[in-house]
Amino acid sequence: MQRKKIISKTVIILCCIMLAAFFIFPILLLFINSFKSLKEIYMSVLQLPETMNLDNYISAFKELDYLNAIKNSLIVTCTVTAANVICCSMAAWVLVRYKTKTSKLIFTIFSVAVLVPFQCVMLPLLAEMGKLNMINMPGLMLVNLGFGSSMSIILFHGFMKNVPVELEEAAAIDGASQPRIFFTIVLPLIKGIAVTVAILNVMSLWNDYLLPSLTINRSGTQTLPLRTYLFFGAYTKKWNLGSAALVMAIIPVIIFYVLCQKHIIKGVTEGAVKG
Amino acid sequence: MRKSKKIFWLFLAPCLITFCIAVVIPTLTGIYYSFTDWDGLHANCDFVFLNNYISAVRDIYFQNAFVFTFKFVIITVIAVNVVAFAAAMLVTQNIKGNNLFRSIFFMPNLVGGVLVGFAWQFIFCDVFDSIGEILGINWLCDWLSTKSTGFWGLVILVVWQMSGYMMLIYIAQIQNIPENLLESARIDGASSFQCFWKIKLPLMMPAFTIGLFLTLTNCFKLYDQNLTLTGGGPAKATEMLTMDICNTAFSRNMYGMAQAKGIIFLIVVALITVSQLMFTKSKEVEM
Repeated sequence: MQRKKIISKTVIILCCIMLAAFFIFPILLLFINSFKSLKEIYMSVLQLPETMNLDNYISAFKELDYLNAIKNSLIVTCTVTAANVICCSMAAWVLVRYKTKTSKLIFTIFSVAVLVPFQCVMLPLLAEMGKLNMINMPGLMLVNLGFGSSMSIILFHGFMKNVPVELEEAAAIDGASQPRIFFTIVLPLIKGIAVTVAILNVMSLWNDYLLPSLTINRSGTQTLPLRTYLFFGAYTKKWNLGSAALVMAIIPVIIFYVLCQKHIIKGVTEGAVKG
Repeated sequence: MRKSKKIFWLFLAPCLITFCIAVVIPTLTGIYYSFTDWDGLHANCDFVFLNNYISAVRDIYFQNAFVFTFKFVIITVIAVNVVAFAAAMLVTQNIKGNNLFRSIFFMPNLVGGVLVGFAWQFIFCDVFDSIGEILGINWLCDWLSTKSTGFWGLVILVVWQMSGYMMLIYIAQIQNIPENLLESARIDGASSFQCFWKIKLPLMMPAFTIGLFLTLTNCFKLYDQNLTLTGGGPAKATEMLTMDICNTAFSRNMYGMAQAKGIIFLIVVALITVSQLMFTKSKEVEM
């Protein structure tokens, strides 16, 4: 019995290691090759680099306009995430607390909208944004807020249904206004789900490519995925620079993951299960 | 509690306005434009009834993309969920380092589609080539240059990226299964195979509902990875529906037809995901 257990544990661990290798090896290979010259890569992609040469990183750093791209991505991601969490929690709160037909209808529209794929609204949206002169960063952020609102409202709505109303009623009897009730009583109670919504927003906004590629036309305001795409347009097959650029583009994500891994894993699970 | 209408609309306003600008108005105008000879810019256009839909359905690129997307979705949804489920079973077995494995399996999910596409382009083109050369395996060479290698490349990429996410959902569900239920089954003499088949699997159904829904929608909507891995090549053979819609509008300048394709896409995706939700929901058991 004991022996059987040890064997089965070893098999499980071996399976895990094999699976882990599958998940790690692309990034590992990119990392290894990012230190090589193009000639070295052509000779063999699998060998370790002869020297730790940082030249690729220096050129890729310049060509990617790295700091600027990160700054732009950060601006879009942070602004939209903050706005999304505040606006959607407000909206979800009134949608839960006002049990009218209008409120039910509005919530249904928000829920159904999750199914609408971007490609379906993309063309009229672009025409409309062009007409309203809402291109580049402000337009991008506004549209992102609108797009993200369905999912966030569904999540907040699901959570707030279970927040007891008595506390709010007591505060109302004490004479607190509704905005005050929301910001001082409700908001602290929903901190957990707010973190979840924020994490989900950050993940999708940071990696978004199509919408920024269609709305941002001023150079210098491109986000990181956009810059990476343009970079590869100019340097196809130059994998020495390409791998360095990719490693640099992945670094912020890794930092984010290491810093808030617990929240991310909880957020992703909760977001999926409740949504 | 005193509830004023003013507060209701005031609190709703920021979301509602941006949501209308981003989703509601474009959807409605989009439906209208799909019946016209719209040029993508001007609102004044003539009504052409179903012409856009007819030419969209007849369009050879659309047909190819349709078939390609369906094949891709079917195979990928199965593969992602099988890998995710297996990974979830592995890391919930109380082994050393299961948290580390969990983190590793999930990590690719955070990396954006554009980056993942380029990274795997490097793996398929350069790394596969050199491994193939060293070991003398022919089928490892020249990946992404044919339709089938492009297809399988995309499948592998998406399995790599999406499995971790689904794994988390399955883990959450596995941990929800009450231990005493399994305990009493074991006392009644159930084998571990029976425990898995008769207790764990039925109780996992809610997770399958979510997992299938998410993989289905994500696979249908896939664009970035398709664009950066193969770019639809060779010769548009690996174009998915999303990319075909973009190309119809931006490189072929047929906005009316592209919009009609968009509406068809919406209807197909909505029908499939809603029927999937209804089907798997009906299989869920009450505890």
